[in-house]
Amino acid sequence: MITGEDVDHISWLASIKVSEEEKAAFVASFNSVLDYFHQLDELATDDVEPTYRVVDLTNVFREDVAKESLSQEESLRNASRTENGYFKSPRIV
Amino acid sequence: MIRELQEGLFAGGSAEEMINSLFEKIRRSRLNAYNHIAEDQALERAREFDRAPWEGRLAGVPIAIKSSISTKGIETNCSSRILSGYIPPYDAHVIERLKEEGAIIIGKTNMDEFAMGTSTETSYFGPTKNPWDLDRVPGGSSGGSAAAVAAGEAPASLGSDTGGSIRCPASFCGIVGLKPTYGLVSRYGLVSYANSLEQIGPLTANVEDAALMMEAISGHDPRDSTSVKSEGGYLSGLYGGVEGLTFGVPEEYFGEGVDPLVEEAVWDAISKLEELGASWKMVSLPHTKYALAAYYIIAMSVASSNLARFDGLRYGLRLGADQDWHTTFSEIRAAGFGPEVKRRVLLGTYALSAGYYGRYYLKALKVRTLIKQDFERALSAGGADLLVTPTMPVPAFKIGERIEDPLSLYMADVFTVPINLAGVPAISVPCGFADGLPIGLQIIGRHFDEAAVLRAAEAYEDATPYHEAVPKEVI
Repeated sequence: MITGEDVDHISWLASIKVSEEEKAAFVASFNSVLDYFHQLDELATDDVEPTYRVVDLTNVFREDVAKESLSQEESLRNASRTENGYFKSPRIV
Repeated sequence: MIRELQEGLFAGGSAEEMINSLFEKIRRSRLNAYNHIAEDQALERAREFDRAPWEGRLAGVPIAIKSSISTKGIETNCSSRILSGYIPPYDAHVIERLKEEGAIIIGKTNMDEFAMGTSTETSYFGPTKNPWDLDRVPGGSSGGSAAAVAAGEAPASLGSDTGGSIRCPASFCGIVGLKPTYGLVSRYGLVSYANSLEQIGPLTANVEDAALMMEAISGHDPRDSTSVKSEGGYLSGLYGGVEGLTFGVPEEYFGEGVDPLVEEAVWDAISKLEELGASWKMVSLPHTKYALAAYYIIAMSVASSNLARFDGLRYGLRLGADQDWHTTFSEIRAAGFGPEVKRRVLLGTYALSAGYYGRYYLKALKVRTLIKQDFERALSAGGADLLVTPTMPVPAFKIGERIEDPLSLYMADVFTVPINLAGVPAISVPCGFADGLPIGLQIIGRHFDEAAVLRAAEAYEDATPYHEAVPKEVI
């Protein structure tokens, strides 16, 4: 069973603030969805390999050649806070 | 539809007039199929075309694009508040290809927020309505792309399909929608939801248009490491008929939970294919009942990681005065994401968190193997060439009917998600009506056998009238 405390912890991990009102609704819907997920427990899968992707892939190598990329101006155009040609982030330390 | 439209253009018609009349129709529309109309760009390109028409498979053809596919200079917001106002500085691979073939991009269509939904109700910009009944959902998540084509607000569109997001709205709106084999169409420029499941594909008025769009958008792109070379041949082999083909009918796709009118329409379609010279047999996909749980665990887990990039720093919503890093981002994301996106990101975070990885994510990846093997067995040599099923267990439901109960909404994806887990191609084509609402037939093929899927769909469409029906609400 997921509790309000669990939702607080997940909200911290996911960096999404959850209000008290949202929390009650999430507790209820998370439990019903997880309950549904638990039907997978019926299946024995110890000898089954996981499938990460459905198409066979091999590594693709190429020469490391510089080519044109986005300009600084284009890169910054969608940012709402910039300073001296940089993205402006909140304080980290 | 596309061929007639091009014949009209090359017989002296004006692309500018055609696109202007589309814009006029979209402005009057009550469907809310579009988030954004690229009026200036589209009309300028149409005028250039009228001055000196260019060649190309899609020369002069107006095309609508789902809001999750990047278009240079045209707002691409995934119907989310957090991306409102975001203007990509580059085109997705599929957009480059459409432009190279001469198409004209006319606008961006409404969708479930970040493609998370089956009804287009989770859009920050409000739901799109079903052109066949304005009280009902158009399906999702590519609901705007489907409603626009069904209502004549675009001749063709692109959507993306992670668990049914092209086929579901195609079915609910009575048009054609194809999810290609995983890897056939480059995902470069598609805003990621669940990378190992999703593909971009066409939504069109008929099967020939879908084949034509596939000729344009498929093929290798070095910028998507999962993309492969296309064999093509979708159009050249389209009219080969179904004689000699064996269709498998999976027993798990009928019975409890399926609307009897949907079942009846699908069985009628199977009889029609038999009449056209195909044979059919019952097959089993025994792990079908586990597909939904496996799909949602994988999709939510991957989404929790993919959507970590939305922090308001380089693009998107930025709110209030900056505080410490974690508080600032947690508040931006709380305000920028809607309830269903939060639910999926939080559940996915939980499924990947310490102590739960093996129980949920790894378990789901193992179940994915079993589901993939189901399809490989059913479609093996000596088995069926193609599978036929209902696309959706029910016709379009009412707006508001399921949105408060997430699990009931997830259940609607029961016949579409197994296809994404297996990575095989599947198309939805109109196969009848239930009380005036369209029903979709799903035809599933082997990996990279789009040619057979399209050929069978074309033969069926050619022998039936359903794709010609037009919704009265919007005429």
